[in-house]
Amino acid sequence: MDKPTRSLPQPTPETQHFWEGTQAEQLLLQRCTQCTHTYFPPRPFCPSCSSRSVEVYAASGRATLASYVINQRPHPAFDGPYAIALVDLEEGPRMMTNIVECAQTPEALQLDMPLEVRFEQVSEDIKLPLFAPAKIAPAKIAPAGESK
Amino acid sequence: MTGVAVVGAAETTELGKIPHLSQMQLHADAALNAMADAGLTAKDIDGIATAGERPTDLAYYLGITPTWVDGTSVGGCSFMLHVRHAVAAIASGQCTTVLITHGESGRSGVGRSGFPRAPASLAGQFEVPFGPMGPPTMFTLPVLRYMKDYGMTHEQLAMVAVVQREWASMNPRASFQEEITVDDVLNSKMIAYPFHLLECCLVTDGGGALILTKADRAADFPQPPVHILGTGESVETPMISQMDDLTSSRAFKVAGSFAMRDAGISHAEVDHLMVYDAFAHLPIYGLEDLGFCKKGEAADFIWEQNTAPGGCLPMNTNGGGLSYMHSGMYGMYALQESVRQIRGTAPAQVKDANVSLCLGVGGMFGASGCIVFGKEPK
Repeated sequence: MDKPTRSLPQPTPETQHFWEGTQAEQLLLQRCTQCTHTYFPPRPFCPSCSSRSVEVYAASGRATLASYVINQRPHPAFDGPYAIALVDLEEGPRMMTNIVECAQTPEALQLDMPLEVRFEQVSEDIKLPLFAPAKIAPAKIAPAGESK
Repeated sequence: MTGVAVVGAAETTELGKIPHLSQMQLHADAALNAMADAGLTAKDIDGIATAGERPTDLAYYLGITPTWVDGTSVGGCSFMLHVRHAVAAIASGQCTTVLITHGESGRSGVGRSGFPRAPASLAGQFEVPFGPMGPPTMFTLPVLRYMKDYGMTHEQLAMVAVVQREWASMNPRASFQEEITVDDVLNSKMIAYPFHLLECCLVTDGGGALILTKADRAADFPQPPVHILGTGESVETPMISQMDDLTSSRAFKVAGSFAMRDAGISHAEVDHLMVYDAFAHLPIYGLEDLGFCKKGEAADFIWEQNTAPGGCLPMNTNGGGLSYMHSGMYGMYALQESVRQIRGTAPAQVKDANVSLCLGVGGMFGASGCIVFGKEPK
């Protein structure tokens, strides 16, 4: 799906760890050590309580499909209509992504379907976190707290 | 009441396709029309606010020497925020007569500045790489969540466009005036599922301008004053993916409730409503976030023709961004329609329109401004 024409993120000092994480095929979130709030996108302080005492941890990579549109207009980086999706991560934050290994149709893309992260190399330095329909039923998976 | 009133209001002489005017001249054309409406010239203006162009450029171009300047730019509702800031500036004596302008060569693109999102911004890193292509693929993203959670159907979403076309059919300046059906909407080209072409706003050229001054000076002007009863504003997030709740706008709630409290009005006192409609779901979110409908009930409320001609809450009576015009930053045209309704000069005039509430949105669901207008100072 990916061609060189996909717009690429330019990491900043505050987000560098996230993109290093995706290069290592880890989805990194941040959590406040004061109020325990988990948040995204990255910043070196807690947007809930303003504490600077935060830690980085690896998310489970599990999510559910929160909403999407299927763009019909041609985009140079995509072949045919493609879904721009919002997914709710198991840890709480929501993120924008694309859904892979799945037909880009309303029938195939059911809201709340379980998903799991994939990492797609889009340039030498950047792997993007994309999501695919989960292969394992969520009930059989260990709780998120054990994954850090 | 705020003690401030609108004493001049006008749109550009033409609307729609205006390739022979640059974006700056669209600002100026609207400003000159508003000055003529108020019987003023640039020498009488001492405060200026605009978005899309820099206030410096505009003041110079028009020949204004301001003592107060506002370049707040938060997208399509910037002009609601300008009204609010102007009220405070006039009330505190920083200036006496404020000109607020909008002009946008949205269709023809003559001298228009773009809306780039830097690759190092949060949106540039965490949204743009996934392929959004402007508002039709971003503003629309939350609606499937709303549809599943509250049982709204595709037909109900389409009805928003049908009702607004009904209003537009009474407006000779509307871009589209021919009445349409739910089937017409659902059979129009798919732009970004679940949004069809007729559920997306127009792309046109145009502009508008407002002139505000102290209400106690209003007798000096040719037009009846339109009093500003209350105002509100807020911002939420530059990223559609990071809204608190995909089925509600926090900025709508904050701006709307503040404006109504500020005005001291109840929902029952609102005779006329404008809710910025870049896409068909916005009036549904607006009706609920303003508290006119309970959560999940606005689609039924519109389906039952309550906001249509003859309904209990006439809404988007110019035809809205879906049928009247939409240059990109539509908020100015919503404000103009509220002013026309209170003056009693709207093409589709609502009977006894004494209080009009005007809700704007900007930068997808990023920002909101809300203005309550009244025939009487209250």
